[in-house]
Amino acid sequence: MEKPEQGVALSRSFEKVNAILEKHGYNPSNLIGILQEIQEEYRYLPEEILTYVATALRVSPAYVYGVATFYAQFSLKPKGKHIIRVCDGTACHVKGSEKVLKAIREYLGLRDGEQTTGDLLFTVETVACIGACALAPVIAVDNRVYGPMDEEKVRHVLEALERGDEVS
Amino acid sequence: MSDTEKKVIIVDGQEIPLEGEKNILEVARKANIDIPTFCYHSDLSVYGACRMCLVEVEGRGLMPSCSTPPEPGMVIRTNTARVLEARKMIVELYLANHDRDCTVCERNLNCRLQEMASRMGITKVRFGERTEKLPKDESTFSLVRDPNRCILCGDCVRACREIEGIGIYDFTHRGAKAQVEPAFGKKLAEVECVYCGQCAIRCPTAALVVKSELDAAWKAVLDPEKFVVAQIAPAVRVAIGEAFGLPPGEITTGKIVAALKKIGFDRVYDTSFSADLVVVEEAEEFFRRLQSNSRLPQFTSCCPSWVVFAERNYPFYLEHLSSVRSPQQVFGSVIRNFVSKMENVPNERLVSVSIMPCVAKKFEARRAEYVHDGIPDVDLVLSAQETIKMIKMANIDFRELDPIPFDVPLSAGSGAGVLFGVTGGVTEAVLRYAYERLTGKELKEVEFKAVRGFESVREAEVDFDGRPVRVAIVHGLAHAQRLIQEVREGKRSYDFIEVMNCPGGCIGGGGMPLGYPDYQMVLKKRAEGLYNADRLSPVRKAQDNPAVKLIYERWLKHPGSELAERYLHTHYYSRRRISDEVIRIQEAKSARKVDVAVCVGTSCYLRGSYNILQKLLKMAKEYGVEDRISVGATFCLERCAKGPNIRVNEEIVSGVGEENLKEIFENIILPKLEEVYEA
Amino acid sequence: MKFTTRKELEEYTALLRERENPKRILVCMGTGCLAKGAEAVYEKFVEVLGAKSLSASVVFEKEEKSSFPLCPTGCMGICETGPRVRIEPQGIQYLRVRPDDVEEIVERTVEKGEVVYRLVQQEATNGQVRYWPLMRDDPFYRKQIRLVLRNCGSINPENLDEYLARDGYLALAKVLTEMTPDDVIGEIMKSGLRGRGGGGFPTGRKWQLARMVRANQKYVVCNGDEGDPGAFMNRCLMEGDPHSVIEGLAIAGYAIGASEGYIYVRAEYPLAVKRLRKAIQDAYAAGLLGENIFGSGFSFNVHIKEGAGAFVCGEETALIASIEGKRGMPNPRPPYPAQKGLWGKPTVINNVETLANVPIIILKGAEWFRSFGTTTSPGTKTFALTGKVKNTGLVEVPMGITLRELIFEVGGGIQGDKRFKAVQIGGPSGGCLPEAYLDLPVDYDSLCGAGAIMGSGGLVVLDEDTCIVEVARFFMSFTQSESCGKCVPCREGTKHMLSILQKIVDGRATLEDLELLEETALVVKDASLCGLGKTAPNPVLTTLRYFRDEYIDHVVHKVCPARVCQAMREFWIDPDKCRTCGKCARVCPVACISGRPKVPYVIDQTKCIKCGSCFEACPFDAIVVRWRRKDNE
Ligand SMILES: Cc1cc2nc3c(=O)[nH]c(=O)nc-3n(C[C@H](O)[C@H](O)[C@H](O)COP(=O)(O)O)c2cc1C
Ligand code: SF4
Ligand code: SF4
Ligand code: SF4
Ligand code: SF4
Ligand code: SF4
Ligand code: SF4
Ligand code: SF4
Ligand code: SF4
Ligand code: FES
Ligand code: FES
Ligand code: FES
Ligand code: FES
Repeated sequence: MEKPEQGVALSRSFEKVNAILEKHGYNPSNLIGILQEIQEEYRYLPEEILTYVATALRVSPAYVYGVATFYAQFSLKPKGKHIIRVCDGTACHVKGSEKVLKAIREYLGLRDGEQTTGDLLFTVETVACIGACALAPVIAVDNRVYGPMDEEKVRHVLEALERGDEVS
Repeated sequence: MSDTEKKVIIVDGQEIPLEGEKNILEVARKANIDIPTFCYHSDLSVYGACRMCLVEVEGRGLMPSCSTPPEPGMVIRTNTARVLEARKMIVELYLANHDRDCTVCERNLNCRLQEMASRMGITKVRFGERTEKLPKDESTFSLVRDPNRCILCGDCVRACREIEGIGIYDFTHRGAKAQVEPAFGKKLAEVECVYCGQCAIRCPTAALVVKSELDAAWKAVLDPEKFVVAQIAPAVRVAIGEAFGLPPGEITTGKIVAALKKIGFDRVYDTSFSADLVVVEEAEEFFRRLQSNSRLPQFTSCCPSWVVFAERNYPFYLEHLSSVRSPQQVFGSVIRNFVSKMENVPNERLVSVSIMPCVAKKFEARRAEYVHDGIPDVDLVLSAQETIKMIKMANIDFRELDPIPFDVPLSAGSGAGVLFGVTGGVTEAVLRYAYERLTGKELKEVEFKAVRGFESVREAEVDFDGRPVRVAIVHGLAHAQRLIQEVREGKRSYDFIEVMNCPGGCIGGGGMPLGYPDYQMVLKKRAEGLYNADRLSPVRKAQDNPAVKLIYERWLKHPGSELAERYLHTHYYSRRRISDEVIRIQEAKSARKVDVAVCVGTSCYLRGSYNILQKLLKMAKEYGVEDRISVGATFCLERCAKGPNIRVNEEIVSGVGEENLKEIFENIILPKLEEVYEA
Repeated sequence: MKFTTRKELEEYTALLRERENPKRILVCMGTGCLAKGAEAVYEKFVEVLGAKSLSASVVFEKEEKSSFPLCPTGCMGICETGPRVRIEPQGIQYLRVRPDDVEEIVERTVEKGEVVYRLVQQEATNGQVRYWPLMRDDPFYRKQIRLVLRNCGSINPENLDEYLARDGYLALAKVLTEMTPDDVIGEIMKSGLRGRGGGGFPTGRKWQLARMVRANQKYVVCNGDEGDPGAFMNRCLMEGDPHSVIEGLAIAGYAIGASEGYIYVRAEYPLAVKRLRKAIQDAYAAGLLGENIFGSGFSFNVHIKEGAGAFVCGEETALIASIEGKRGMPNPRPPYPAQKGLWGKPTVINNVETLANVPIIILKGAEWFRSFGTTTSPGTKTFALTGKVKNTGLVEVPMGITLRELIFEVGGGIQGDKRFKAVQIGGPSGGCLPEAYLDLPVDYDSLCGAGAIMGSGGLVVLDEDTCIVEVARFFMSFTQSESCGKCVPCREGTKHMLSILQKIVDGRATLEDLELLEETALVVKDASLCGLGKTAPNPVLTTLRYFRDEYIDHVVHKVCPARVCQAMREFWIDPDKCRTCGKCARVCPVACISGRPKVPYVIDQTKCIKCGSCFEACPFDAIVVRWRRKDNE
């Protein structure tokens, strides 16, 4: 991502970080909640902010970094506008989630190891069970669940997202 | 239920009484049953992860002995088939993920993983080799970190967090990708490490080792052109013998001198001598402060880890640190400026080597203040560990060496100087000097028992000529931080505080031989060794040391003289983490603008800099100049004592508060804006 | 309404019951149905009812004849056939309802009581179609006993009154006004309730242990992490009946002497978090939480903590670490949470379902509860029935039901009438049971004996098209990536087990590998620090026990009987069809296809890596894929 943009993003939200810290009473036991809210704000966890959070909570930066890299929800790289989570839980796996994932990645042209599209529009992740196993295989886009999916349907969902439509 | 009454457990058929041990492991070790461990250290919290210490508890299966409390009547076996099978497979799993080229490894023959592989009789690792190669971190002068040899026991994580209160490392990522590393995968030189090596001394493998200067040392001693002078720190003399089968605490001073001479050192001196100089200078400094009642409490400054920690975290206390250099650097200065003349060797030919218990001294020797015209006062710093290797490499039978004395005329170190190696020693040495100096009476009972021991904080009150002087001794930076916090909060008050980074003082230094398995016992023995050395010493007070008198007579004139000031004292600098990165908060639209950065470093932050930031933004709006003022947040501007600080263009304005912000805005910021506007 | 005494609550309950309208349109708004478009259906109902001036969303206004309350509910059970709608009082249930159907439903069913058969659950046997318009007749529900799910799918989870009308918080009132903490623990002990989170530890005993420890502060924690992939019972409960969980938690708090409770919900359940927050807020407003509840002197606060995506945080000590804001790494036990838990204080951790059982046990008594299930496993258990079974969804059955009843009656048998192969119970910690175990009663002890575990209740049915080795590999890859990395047997052991399993499905494994796999599995099970590692080898060990032949097929014969493992295919060129164009040879990544113009091309089987590129490239369909078979077949 280009530097200037990042700067702007940071400037907008630095204030927010303090508000978030304030809300959580500067309590290190709320670190996970704090990071969740920060990620909500920035869509990822920038290094500077994490260092700042460590200072404010009076814990070491390594501790914050350790927590941030432990939980799957956190990302230290910018994420796309839409987050597509493909379930690869047991129920979805036995019903063909791998094919769905492959179709999505192909459609978005993601190379091996890539999670986010170059235009920062989509991030594709796999998760273990969204809890809608009865609809397996399932995907969730920005917390909205779709299922059962197949290669065809998933393309339909993506097209609609690209157009900016609400999909049903 | 007779077992319960007697409170015993049975380990490998042996009845062992319970005496308040917290875990099965301690009970078994008491009976000399050597249960292997990687992640257990009695001075750290229990982690329970390495699984080496598994034992079979009747009725309960495999349990980690390090974290399982003994219950009366428990029947435990440490070597059943089930235990051995598991342990063997565990070691095999460790090895599969380990860069195991032992022959070219810093810890070869001194490695607990290697030892376990041998003890478990492993001759094949069926899971293959470690494929991932991560870069080594050699960024500091003190340590080398090789993640490819890390077994994730977490000992370093807990050592740095619990003993030092710093927390440089933590576990990162998870599962097979888990690592132990500093924040954001940075190098040690880029984080707040104080180079003490407490992590390395607990590391069971070569994932964290002391950075070796052995090659350079050999090169110097083998070069006939070079005149190589060594100084030996007090703590080293009671530990080196451990590597040659002598009990910890045995004083081997004369043998070390003999070994070094055999290796080819031209002169060998005793750092206790420069410690005596430190005593005199530091005590005199203390009297001056007492008289003027300023810059108290006075903190000791002989521990470089503590000094650099203070420079980073207590910028407002830097004036309170004693300005006297550490014994290593005092001797370094003596060698460069006195010995060189005395021996008539030009400094280009003279190589100054110090033999230390410490790895932070490697960093200290390279501090800019101690390098003149490109020549450091101390060229090379060898840890005790490296020295041991050097002796072995030279085919010397250490045990059989005949002791020889230090070189003259700086040969004598007093017993007081020797005490520098143990926590409380500096204080005791200073007290021995101060008493006589202030009362004019001879001190009969030289041992100040109150300041001895291993409690994290010890305090004493001494009557100095009618003025009660309160001293505190603390070791381990975690304890030091707590103590200082209480001092700052006014809960405690002292005139003199001795801070040592390492538990036990330098006898627990990061460069010492590894005291496995019973480190606490080893520390105690080393301390006893130093106290014995003091007791055996013909001279027990710094002021009685003839060499000290000689130095003042022939060179420095008197304590606190201008020369002493120049050669034995130093300055400290705030080294707060500096991030050039200004976090932009409001961007000026106009090119004719003023940049304002508000410090949100710890110190300023705690003094309310965030409110100032808010108020500043509001004010810019009120004055209708928000388009022309860029506002940002920045980390430490290096003036914490006077904070909160802001930076207006290049100028730093200190002591900013909500109440005077308007004034500052009108008198400093707005005029600057006018300037650019007029230009 | 803020209740300050038990009497006030009881009076209010009576009033609600009296005024409750038996008529209702229940529209499922659980995650499953929402995903299928339930929201649009609901809105359409609002529109249609409004146009007919039928609607009054007041559930508790019996007098008004025209009112026909519309009620959004939590999961009704068979999410796959969502969006689901049920019309009360008859209990007529519709599936796959589209907004277009709504008008007809209102006109015919709501107004006239007729059934719209096209929207009804139906089953075709021997050309004869059978309809199940009524919930009570539906074979899916027939064997179910809904104790825990009593309200789920029948009430609006965001409306406290609806919970109160069904005796909500009366158990808490009873406990606080007429029972001592020891009475409560005694009752739960008598009921024989065992933890539904997997281990089956007796809940009463757990509470008693924590009660016995003296401390100025204690905590109760509801474990809503439900990380088991393929399980969603707890989600449905939290979404569909959040108050029952909160009530159970408060009772647990009273029993052990804790004034603070936490509900730890996994990050993937935003709707559950939303509903729980609303429920907690309403309960505070009604005086059912907070200071001095019912004037009893007992105060209780509930906090929600959201997880951040880590399966291991379901483990008690990891969960505690996570609530404390740390990495969710487990700690050795002892000390147990009941001795030293959250912030070093005695802490009881219970599963969502365990807690939801508590209020009814208190209200109806231990004896009543014991009338369900078996002696050692009383009560019911919810399961998430998924995989290749006809009726996938959320079910609640009495303990001791056989797997056969569960899969073939409740679940309606295998999809597409394929052959049943195995059932995976207990998720990544559980085991795979083969056909021979279909008559095994489902209870803690029987499952354990068979090498599986109850787990939290994930039940994935596998048919003949499923490769058992691939399933074992899948679970291993799950536990491997969810291992916290703290202890070596799990961190390294699962990694190597996974790589051996990968080798097997890739057709590269030898018998030594298989041996090493088993040996490693046993050590990982024995030597790991926490439950994750201790149970991670279960899928491998059970499949090795029940399906060893299939492993041997893969390892020795390089055959995948289920035709799943791609490496067990062979690509052949049909010489009659090959037009020798050479396309295949150009795309082959390992250059193992040779030929010349006019001479049909051939694939060197020893070099082929089964990538399939040639197959896709051939313009003349001359390349055939064959699944390898055992030589004797
Ligand atoms: C790896 C692992 C994951 C677990 N996940 C869950 C879970 O998601 N939900 C749950 O209730 N219990 C889970 N447990 C079990 C809990 O640790 C704990 O035993 C349970 O919450 C206790 O509640 P109960 O006594 O009511 O069953 C898990 C255990 C392990 C080892
Ligand atoms: S750390 Fe130990 S086991 Fe590893 S290579 Fe070095 S000596 Fe060998
Ligand atoms: S121990 Fe073995 S591998 Fe190492 S040097 Fe000796 S023979 Fe070679
Ligand atoms: S050297 Fe000291 S400060 Fe640095 S990481 Fe190790 S223990 Fe921490
Ligand atoms: S670096 Fe050493 S002490 Fe630290 S975790 Fe790795 S092996 Fe353990
Ligand atoms: S206490 Fe001694 S060994 Fe430890 S860092 Fe300080 S000077 Fe070095
Ligand atoms: S068994 Fe696995 S999840 Fe549990 S502590 Fe060990 S590494 Fe972590
Ligand atoms: S399947 Fe792949 S490797 Fe095999 S012959 Fe075809 S293209 Fe070549
Ligand atoms: S692509 Fe098809 S037709 Fe062409 S050479 Fe290959 S097998 Fe023959
Ligand atoms: S397994 Fe995919 S939603 Fe549960
Ligand atoms: S020493 Fe007990 S687990 Fe490491
Ligand atoms: S924190 Fe150091 S100047 Fe602000
Ligand atoms: S979500 Fe509607 S039936 Fe499950």
